[in-house]
Amino acid sequence: MSNQGLYLYPVWLRIWHGVNALGIILLIFTGISMQYGNIDYPLLPFKVSVMIHNISGIVVSIGYVVFAIANHFSNNAKQYVPNYKGFGQRIMKQTTYYVFGYFKGEPKPFPITKDNKFNPLQRLSYITVMYIFVPLIVFTGVGLLYPELIFSKIFNMGGVQFIAVLHAIAGFFISLFLIIHLYVASIGKHPLKNYSSIITGYHSTEDH
Amino acid sequence: MLLFSTVNIMAQDEGNPLSENSQVCARCHGNKYYTFHNEVTGTEVRKRMNPYLLIDTVKYTQATHSFFSCDDCHSPDYAVYPHASNLKLDPKPSCIDCHGGDESFAKYQFDDIDVEVQNSVHKIAHGEQFKCEMCHDLHSYRLVARNENSKIKDIVVQDNQMCLSCHNNLTKYQILTDNQKPEILATHDWLPNQELHFLNVRCIECHTPITDTLMVSHKILPKEQAVHLCSDCHSTNSILRSKLYKYTVMESRTDQGYYNSVILNEAYVIGANRNKYLNILSLAIFGLTLLGISIHTITRIINKK
Repeated sequence: MSNQGLYLYPVWLRIWHGVNALGIILLIFTGISMQYGNIDYPLLPFKVSVMIHNISGIVVSIGYVVFAIANHFSNNAKQYVPNYKGFGQRIMKQTTYYVFGYFKGEPKPFPITKDNKFNPLQRLSYITVMYIFVPLIVFTGVGLLYPELIFSKIFNMGGVQFIAVLHAIAGFFISLFLIIHLYVASIGKHPLKNYSSIITGYHSTEDH
Repeated sequence: MLLFSTVNIMAQDEGNPLSENSQVCARCHGNKYYTFHNEVTGTEVRKRMNPYLLIDTVKYTQATHSFFSCDDCHSPDYAVYPHASNLKLDPKPSCIDCHGGDESFAKYQFDDIDVEVQNSVHKIAHGEQFKCEMCHDLHSYRLVARNENSKIKDIVVQDNQMCLSCHNNLTKYQILTDNQKPEILATHDWLPNQELHFLNVRCIECHTPITDTLMVSHKILPKEQAVHLCSDCHSTNSILRSKLYKYTVMESRTDQGYYNSVILNEAYVIGANRNKYLNILSLAIFGLTLLGISIHTITRIINKK
């Protein structure tokens, strides 16, 4: 451990995280602009939204493949493997800490270590987002980019329509995750401490 | 009127067999080759039918006008072969001759359509040379729109075929003009997902103005005035509501303003599609999340003091 704290986030992870964060913010903004487009009050011109959404989508998709490969060949993958035994109880314990214990100044129930970067709630949300919603949004996004790949009918519904609804649902949950992720990252000794960690790579042992 | 409507519906759904008189005509005009006895030479002669005078009898018997016999519109003197040359001089009835000013056809608004056609780019450019039947083939036209058994895609295919029958066919195109035929794919290369657009919307969505009174505008605009702005369709107040989806939209107008839900059934138009229940659910989840974060933040601030 350095005097700066734990070195948790290697360079590749921080670069991927930064590119992914920027891409996802652009995707959410342009996605909302297209989904709730109003010709009189456009957030962005439709054509511009489509272009930015397509480019960001491709970048985030490639980033996801890079993340999956890098994760697989580094120690980082094991952070995403849950220990199912007592997983529910640990999640409750962490939730109780965020709701009550945190305000009472209780010690963190699952202090961050090099081998255990995520608390149980983080692990659950990261697994859900990175292994369910992101692959879902990538696959449905590729389908919408190349609609000829999509079945014309799925469950008696237009194929593009079905895929688009799945894409929007996945997008909604990823947006929700982003808001919670940004907020929870501010929980620490200082609200901006965790934000600097993902830039420097070092995590203060006193935070989050 | 009721009788006429009933006849029309029967014609649409079951078709009508050719009348006896029509069968005589179809012996030649229903085949690519016809045979007749040449009394001058005393021989049997086999000739190729002029393709413009060839009638697809299968399509005819299923068409909206299938209950007509040929001699209802064409002179009965055509029953004699060789046809008398002066028959060509007979004026042919136009659509408006039957459909115009007739209360039986009021719902189709033929008179209003006629006014629009007179102002359309085709009529302005080609005058009397341009006739209804150049788009609506009298011998095969079927009522696909206003038919509850039809799907939106069927309407799109039929309507686009009308445009493409000339604009994708040099021979037919040159019947009216010596101008070079523009290549549809090249002139629309600015349109993203071109194939998807061509399969799911009609040419007229962009090439006619919005009309409040007609189901389908017949005023084809000059190309400079066609829709180019994506958000004209891809927005909550999509022009498709007033065009391709007009009929279905009118039927589901009561659904709390969610007109666009009708588009959900068969196609997806980004920006125009909304699912009411997903919208409510997502707003509720989003609101609860923000509420939770707000309470937590406030508690943090109070706790810090």
